[in-house]
Amino acid sequence: MLDVQKTRQEYIHELAAVQDKVYQMGLKAENAVRQAMQALVTEDRALAAKVMKEDDVIDDMIIDVEDDCILLIAKQQPIAHDLRVIATGFKISTDIERIGDHAFDVARVIAKADDKIMDGERAALLKELGDCAAQMVEMAMQAYREGNIRLADDVRHMDAKMDDIFKRTFYSLSQFINSKSMHPETATSLLFIARFLERIGDHAVNIAEWVIYLETAERIHTKKARYAKD
Amino acid sequence: MKINVEKLNLFYGEHQALFDVDLPVPEHQVVALIGPSGCGKSTFLRTLNRMNDLIDGVRIDGSVRLDGEDIYDPDTDLVELRKRVGMVFQRPNPFPMSIYDNVAYGCRVHGLKDKKRLDEIVESSLRGAALWDEVKDRLNASAMGMSGGQQQRLCIARVMAVSPEVVLMDEPCSALDPISTMKIEELVSEIKKDFTIVMVTHNMQQAARVSDYTAFFLNGKLIEHDKTDVIFTKPHDKKTEDYITGRFG
Repeated sequence: MLDVQKTRQEYIHELAAVQDKVYQMGLKAENAVRQAMQALVTEDRALAAKVMKEDDVIDDMIIDVEDDCILLIAKQQPIAHDLRVIATGFKISTDIERIGDHAFDVARVIAKADDKIMDGERAALLKELGDCAAQMVEMAMQAYREGNIRLADDVRHMDAKMDDIFKRTFYSLSQFINSKSMHPETATSLLFIARFLERIGDHAVNIAEWVIYLETAERIHTKKARYAKD
Repeated sequence: MKINVEKLNLFYGEHQALFDVDLPVPEHQVVALIGPSGCGKSTFLRTLNRMNDLIDGVRIDGSVRLDGEDIYDPDTDLVELRKRVGMVFQRPNPFPMSIYDNVAYGCRVHGLKDKKRLDEIVESSLRGAALWDEVKDRLNASAMGMSGGQQQRLCIARVMAVSPEVVLMDEPCSALDPISTMKIEELVSEIKKDFTIVMVTHNMQQAARVSDYTAFFLNGKLIEHDKTDVIFTKPHDKKTEDYITGRFG
């Protein structure tokens, strides 16, 4: 009978290291989203500036992950689950990098604002949107860490909730613009923020889909409800 | 199915080397047999043209059907069987004679004497094995002076010359350099339109590149077989995944 020996320990460590780097990158991006939201609701320009500066770290991390993935392909010819670790390493790190960019975008609105831009109702809506986005990122990264398909599926289903909050926020801000009780430029900036946060949710859904692919090799695409006619 | 193997068991004396193997081989497809050394894949390959009959103490039960006919039927003509199911070995084994005579050998054994017809077969076989342009000016030179890669393609040409239906290849590239290996792989992809090919390989990437179906053997058992695209992306059995990703060997 064949003596089955475990081999390729170093390769296995390298694959695990890629996954850990992607996970650490995800934590950074989630933290950036939460800090950007805090900067937004408290209109803390110093914190906003810090979030913008720290986006450079996430941008450096993606290059590191990509380099590792490229080297592993070149040297190890990964297949099956190993290949999915590499493929999802590329894809998930790209989504995380975009999440970081959107956190940067949110922070920039605050950092550049001269006057107070928020009022209670708008702040509450945007906070709800931001909290939902950050939670989706957190759950998606946890699903990635644990290979937890059920949790990944939960993230996918949170997209509907996200869309609902986005719609309410959009409606509220539109009304604000129409009633002329807010400067149109400010209202537009807040609309942009709502859009950035909603996009963060979309990237979290992408990550969740890649987690499902990583674990099952099944390709899933979550259909966007909002494209259907209301 | 070109070949259909059912409930194949093979014993070397007391030692059982294959256990209840069921494997269909579709026509004009390349089936790769993979698995660690000693897993039974070469033994299995040799059952497909009864090469194991040459080994003392071998006992086989189950059935191997070629176009529906059991090749282990006592009435089977072994010379005819091995003409229909040709074989290329791990190390190139040209005969110590000219390039031309190597390719013409099988046809002559089968009684063909017409020089014009032999010339045609030698040329078409060498072309088919992607060797003609390299050797057309030295057909009478000894095959022993060729490079390893050329010798292996010559052996493939020699098999092709007798117009087999199935070509068995037992690690045909293991003694070749990377360029020669690529030439053989290209050749396999090219000739499968004319033949059904069953290939043993230790090179996972080669199996992934050239085969349509892959069968994974372990300890004499066929663990699983499926389309190569499936085996190399989403194998069903953990043992297959562990093997193809190099987790054990």
